[in-house]
Amino acid sequence: MDRLGVYIHIPFCARKCPYCDFYSTRYNKETVSLYVDALIRNFRAFSLENGKKKIVSIYFGGGTPILLSPSQFDLLLSSLSECFSFSEDIEITTEANPSMSDKNKFSEYRKTGLNRISFGVQSFIETELRSLQRTHTSEGAIRAIENAYSAGFDNISADIMLGIPHQTKESLSSTLETAGNLPLSHISAYMLKIEEETPFNSEEIIKTLPDDDTTAELYLHTIETLEKKGFLQYEISNFAKKGRQSRHNLLYWKSSDYIGFGAAAHSCYLGSRFAVPSDITSFTENSIQGKIITDENPCDFSEYAMLRLRLTEGLSLKEAEEKFSFDKETILHRAEKFRKAGLVNVSDDVISLTKNGFLVSNGIISDLVL
Amino acid sequence: MSFNRDNIRNFCIVAHIDHGKSTLADRILELTETVAVRDMENQLLDNMDIERERGITIKARAVRMKYTSLSGDEYFFNLIDTPGHVDFNYEVSRSLAACEGAILVVDASQGIEAQTLANTYLAIDHDLEILPVVNKIDLPSARPEVVCKEIEDVIGIPAMDAPRISAKTGVNVRDVLERVITDIPAPKGDDDKPLKALIFDSYYDSYKGVIIYIRVVEGTVKVGTKIKLMATGAEFDVVETGYMGATELVNVGELHAGEVGYIAASIKNISDTRVGDTVTDAENPCEEALSGYKKVNPMVFSGVYPLDGAKYGDLRDALEKLQLNDASLSFEPETSIALGFGFRCGFLGLLHMEIIQERIEREYNLDIITTAPSVIYKVTLTNGEEKYIDNPSNYPDPALIEVAEEPVVKSNILVPSEFVGNIMELCKERRGVFKDMKYLDETRVELHYELPLNEIVYDFFDALKSRTRGYASFDYEFMGYVPSKLVKLDILLNGDVVDALSFIVHIDKAYARGRKIAENLKENIPRQMFEIPIQAAIGGKVIARETVKAYRKDVLAKCYGGDITRKKKLLEKQKEGKKRMRQFGTVEVPSEAFTAVLKID
Repeated sequence: MDRLGVYIHIPFCARKCPYCDFYSTRYNKETVSLYVDALIRNFRAFSLENGKKKIVSIYFGGGTPILLSPSQFDLLLSSLSECFSFSEDIEITTEANPSMSDKNKFSEYRKTGLNRISFGVQSFIETELRSLQRTHTSEGAIRAIENAYSAGFDNISADIMLGIPHQTKESLSSTLETAGNLPLSHISAYMLKIEEETPFNSEEIIKTLPDDDTTAELYLHTIETLEKKGFLQYEISNFAKKGRQSRHNLLYWKSSDYIGFGAAAHSCYLGSRFAVPSDITSFTENSIQGKIITDENPCDFSEYAMLRLRLTEGLSLKEAEEKFSFDKETILHRAEKFRKAGLVNVSDDVISLTKNGFLVSNGIISDLVL
Repeated sequence: MSFNRDNIRNFCIVAHIDHGKSTLADRILELTETVAVRDMENQLLDNMDIERERGITIKARAVRMKYTSLSGDEYFFNLIDTPGHVDFNYEVSRSLAACEGAILVVDASQGIEAQTLANTYLAIDHDLEILPVVNKIDLPSARPEVVCKEIEDVIGIPAMDAPRISAKTGVNVRDVLERVITDIPAPKGDDDKPLKALIFDSYYDSYKGVIIYIRVVEGTVKVGTKIKLMATGAEFDVVETGYMGATELVNVGELHAGEVGYIAASIKNISDTRVGDTVTDAENPCEEALSGYKKVNPMVFSGVYPLDGAKYGDLRDALEKLQLNDASLSFEPETSIALGFGFRCGFLGLLHMEIIQERIEREYNLDIITTAPSVIYKVTLTNGEEKYIDNPSNYPDPALIEVAEEPVVKSNILVPSEFVGNIMELCKERRGVFKDMKYLDETRVELHYELPLNEIVYDFFDALKSRTRGYASFDYEFMGYVPSKLVKLDILLNGDVVDALSFIVHIDKAYARGRKIAENLKENIPRQMFEIPIQAAIGGKVIARETVKAYRKDVLAKCYGGDITRKKKLLEKQKEGKKRMRQFGTVEVPSEAFTAVLKID
């Protein structure tokens, strides 16, 4: 275990987006303060038990972590630095809602040690933002990115959503064009997935979505356009300027360890995968956060391969053989039909998915390694 | 109460579907205090899930009730519940033969309907006394006087004094019971004659072996009697005999002429106990068996395969257990290139087939794939050899066939005169040959057609009902084999023949059917990673073609905050879903697609 990351879940939102099924609750000042205390308690408990581990990344996800004040970030990060040893080039990211665009506030956040912001932009088209019931405007998002940049954040990511209500190739082109002209170093382009327990899971919304064939076109168009703008794809949904891949997300895809703090946070640590219960009260009231094992057989070859195949660099069967035993020939044999169909590349025992392959990656991954 | 034949009444209830047969039976059980109110489950007689859901009766059932009349006399009532579908016509006729009378239930707002007539005529054919009852008088639309008049006019039995009841609320149900006593005759018979009893049903009990339901016509049967089943010749010693209580069998040790009850005789094999057979005393046999017995042969065949090949043994066990209770189900092992190991099963008809399939899935928790139902074709080869083909995959090369013949039935369709045109059109579509037509009265017509069996096994009954607003009734019997221009239609997926989808069809219908099936398959095969050509072909000639396009998008884009387990589980779930599919080369076919082939209208 050479690289370790820390994930901190901040399950508060001013308002819940209708497509989101992550755990979050309505923002409440008192609860947030209790929550921050509980986080710090847990950092200390962890370091008491495991020693002062070296970490390469800290990621504040949500929810809406930017609802924490700069002083709360300061508190959390200074506590983290007592409990963990930070690598020199540590990446400290927070997710942010672009409805906050105040330059001075960004400067304050920057001073806490945060060095990367990931904005939930989703689209630069007003009608699309409204259909997603986002609280920010296109103009606000542009201002937020520019102000964060001039406040000293030189590593900024934006989330763009594909396959949203009424989206067309033209509207997407316009969003990508706008994104390309902003001081961004990273873009995540996710295809909207309708989750069962969300308000978006309704006939009325579903009928406004681009069909699968159109969404596939949107995806391919995104890859092509972003490449021209200097954003190279490194994972199914992730694109970065040279050297600016999200280190934190790479920990996930490369089966590295990460420790999650906070209600609903997930961890992968010492060969086991577990999560904290999705319950703020139990998190703030208990001295140590709860732990639910999520997978009885974690970190096996299937999981490793499933994650590696999401990366453009692909799955090196040679490297995998050093860690796991599996039938390499069977996998290569299975890959052959996909290679013929232009869905995967195979060279030197490395299997990697092509752009079209990424689009149907579930089927390919299942067939190859599950 | 000592045995007194004059105080016995054996009867059944006939009605059109939803006219309230089962509800009336429930009320009667309550009134006679046969079932404690707390044990009452709605519609006690229809106790299979499928029966309750579909509102139909599949297996005959019987129950004895003790009734004290208003004048203070005690009676034993035996109520025999009968199935109501053409597939089970023979079983119905045997149940009727066990009774002296029938309560005819007619809905006070809907009046007489086709099934009412068909069942009433069947009862009259068996010389049963008919006791008309007008039900649902609590409905605002009830018009009991009109309906009574209708019964008199159409059926020709006195009905103006028929009890007007509501089985739902219980109003006047006691009148029905009083009328059973006065209107339905007590059974006849002589205890001293040699034993002669009719089997009207049987089922398998895992402790007692086969339980046979009988109506004693003459003589007496006791524990220890050595009985002989006259058609099969099998002999057994009676271990238990008695009557059917509402919830359990009551062993009383003997049954007299005129009584309805059961026998348990350590019988292992249900095929020894055929419905309609006569039970007699092996040491003092009666001279002649009861008339009306026939061996029931399956008419419709279909391949039944486990979805998961490893469950073959479980499927065999399930079929064996179902057969214990259902001698009309036949099966033997068969192999399909596409589906692996399975069974070719024979059924009385399409409803029987659906019921068996549903019971396998529900009661034995097995996922199965069934192939298109087929009839038995007869082919004479150029070398003179005759073959009977119940599986399309075994159909010989056309070049080797001298004559191909298909089974034809004589059908009898009863319908209100306004629908005659629709019926004629339907029968023409189904290659029917018109024989004759007669008016039973001003409004009802009886039509006789000869119809190829393979035209009626799929959906004829449904088509008949939908074109006559439910008014037609239909009955058929096997007539014989007639030469026909038959072809085998193959279905190819991705260029390979899927043997389980092949079927035999008349040449005039092959093109339309081939096109329709290709379309149905296209609808039912989900888009997959690769394009799938679907073809219908006769011999080597493709007559229809469709394509399932490759899908474009199947990806989990989101990162879920490091929740890798969720991703993994989603993929595993997706993969699990595919297990419901059959793999043919690179093509995955959901089991529903096999049934979709049947939907031709």
